[in-house]
Amino acid sequence: MYGKGLRTLSTATVVAIAASFSLVFFYAPLDADQGFIQKIFYLHVPLAITALCGFVAGGVFAIAHLRSGNRKWDAYSYVSIHMSVIFGVAVLITGAIWAKASWGHWWVWDEPTLVSFLIVFLMYATYYPFRYAIEDPERQARYASVFAITAGAFVPLNFMAVRLAQSLVHPRVFATANGGLPGEMMFTFLVSLAAMALLWVTLVKFELTAKSARGQVKRLRRAIDAPSSGTSRIAPEVS
Amino acid sequence: MLALLPLAAPALPLDEAGKYVAGAYIVFLVLLVVYVAIMAIRVQRIEKELRELAGFAENRANGERAAPRPEAEAEAEEVGAK
Repeated sequence: MYGKGLRTLSTATVVAIAASFSLVFFYAPLDADQGFIQKIFYLHVPLAITALCGFVAGGVFAIAHLRSGNRKWDAYSYVSIHMSVIFGVAVLITGAIWAKASWGHWWVWDEPTLVSFLIVFLMYATYYPFRYAIEDPERQARYASVFAITAGAFVPLNFMAVRLAQSLVHPRVFATANGGLPGEMMFTFLVSLAAMALLWVTLVKFELTAKSARGQVKRLRRAIDAPSSGTSRIAPEVS
Repeated sequence: MLALLPLAAPALPLDEAGKYVAGAYIVFLVLLVVYVAIMAIRVQRIEKELRELAGFAENRANGERAAPRPEAEAEAEEVGAK
């Protein structure tokens, strides 16, 4: 029953996103350096944090799958990674727009934060062909879990490596010695982060519910002995 | 050289920055709408499959009621003989 509580979650997500956008445009003060363009920060950074956490969550679910052998965890891992890749697309596009407005370039290759995120994104983009290339569902789930764990471990390592690399270009607004974000900006950012995290959870739940429904339909088809449409090689079946 | 860009570049005027900010938020909303549309198509497909299966199950049930299976007939005869 993946659909349980989905209505409440969806409502909470819509309210959180509406609150977050309202705070961004009507409450948070304009940044002294960047001005209005800094408003992209409240979208871009929460999306990036959620995507990276989603990749790590995919690895954690994969560990649960390998430990228990329960295909449910493989489905969780797959959907987490899938959703984070979609969030990653949004991160790259919004980041490019921000870069163009701030630096005059859509992409800056000597900026470790940008390049490292691209590397992580491309690494997870290979998850799909890797997964689809394996026909046997058991092996597919096992190998995909190994991939998810390895790549999931790479994400925080990559993040730490980037934090250690000093750069003048990418702003460091958290954990700085002097100040960081002012109160109103921090509050707006935290609400935006919560909204994006809620959106991620809601979409993951939607995806799992849809996959579960598809799995149930397939089971029903098999049970009543109708011609089967074949097992999906793309996504794990959730029952 | 590129590293010095943000230090040299002043903040964009509001009308100029507004385009980029609107662009970023619109991209996010468009992605969300596309995702929801894809989900809607998938749900429609599942619903169609379910309708087919329900029709098939109903037809089979009707057929069974109209013409009992040979095993059932044999069973009925056996019970009758006893």
